[in-house]
Amino acid sequence: MLSKKQLFTRGMSDVAPHMLSVIPFGIICGAIGIELGFNPYLVYGMSIIIFGGASQIVFLQLLSGGASALIAVTSVGVINTRHLLYGAILSEYLEKLSFIKKLLISYLVVDQGFAESNKFFKKNKTEQYLHYHLIGTGSTLWVCWQISTLAGIILGSFVPEELGLKFAIPLTFIAIVVQDLKKIDHVIVMFACGISSLLFFDAPFKSYIIISPIIALFVAAFILRFKK
Amino acid sequence: MTWLSIIIAGILTYFTRMTMIALVSRDMLGDRIKAVLAYVPSAVFPAIIFPAIFINDYGTFIEMNDPKIFGATVAIVVGYFSRNVIATILSGLISYWIILFF
Repeated sequence: MLSKKQLFTRGMSDVAPHMLSVIPFGIICGAIGIELGFNPYLVYGMSIIIFGGASQIVFLQLLSGGASALIAVTSVGVINTRHLLYGAILSEYLEKLSFIKKLLISYLVVDQGFAESNKFFKKNKTEQYLHYHLIGTGSTLWVCWQISTLAGIILGSFVPEELGLKFAIPLTFIAIVVQDLKKIDHVIVMFACGISSLLFFDAPFKSYIIISPIIALFVAAFILRFKK
Repeated sequence: MTWLSIIIAGILTYFTRMTMIALVSRDMLGDRIKAVLAYVPSAVFPAIIFPAIFINDYGTFIEMNDPKIFGATVAIVVGYFSRNVIATILSGLISYWIILFF
């Protein structure tokens, strides 16, 4: 049995490598907000209130492009619906927690934190304080996101755009799924999702980000039926 | 007005995170659904990966000789064999820069 502290630090160290992409992305996110002419407090407020990288950028870009607030808010909601899928998996590991603790821990569920904690949970189902791993990944991402967006807001884009550091984002997610390329069923599901995301890229409200996972999960269900 | 929309967007986002964790109990999901949900990482993350590689800032498809394709390929190979996140990201970035700048 690992202690709460051990699980927390394990979560921190499991997610730490992803800071290579999270920190530049945070800086870019803060700098874009200022470049688009938004109030710095507002740009930073989003990092606490929304706390979701891609959706924050989309929100600001839509508003500055003249879209209505309704469209901007809807897009944020649609982009973030993928958290429902993360929650459906995590609920199994967090079911023993009190309702209040579930409400609090939910705020910390983000892509990379979910991915790393989910990997850990699958291998360590019997640990008693599993949720401390999720708190470790989530709070590490939270602190780095706050500091990096703040840095981008204050210093502007001191990361030269020509470096193309945005490319670190897909790389971080490649690192998350690359080991599953060993399994043919997962490869099929990945391509179903990836190809759908390109086909539906122009769908309204950035909804490709949830349409393609749903298509891919239907493919997964079909594979499971076929396997039997 | 913008503050109000940020707060509404924040509440919506929080609900996407909280709903399944706090309001759905495990018994509500059958075994078959759980088996499908095991594919979630593979079913979700390519929707972030593919457009970030194949579609440029202007919303059009990239050329086949774009350095991002080379960078992503190197990252996949390095990641597959090294099982190391830092090595995956750095190898992808460095190989991308090599094509981009030389």
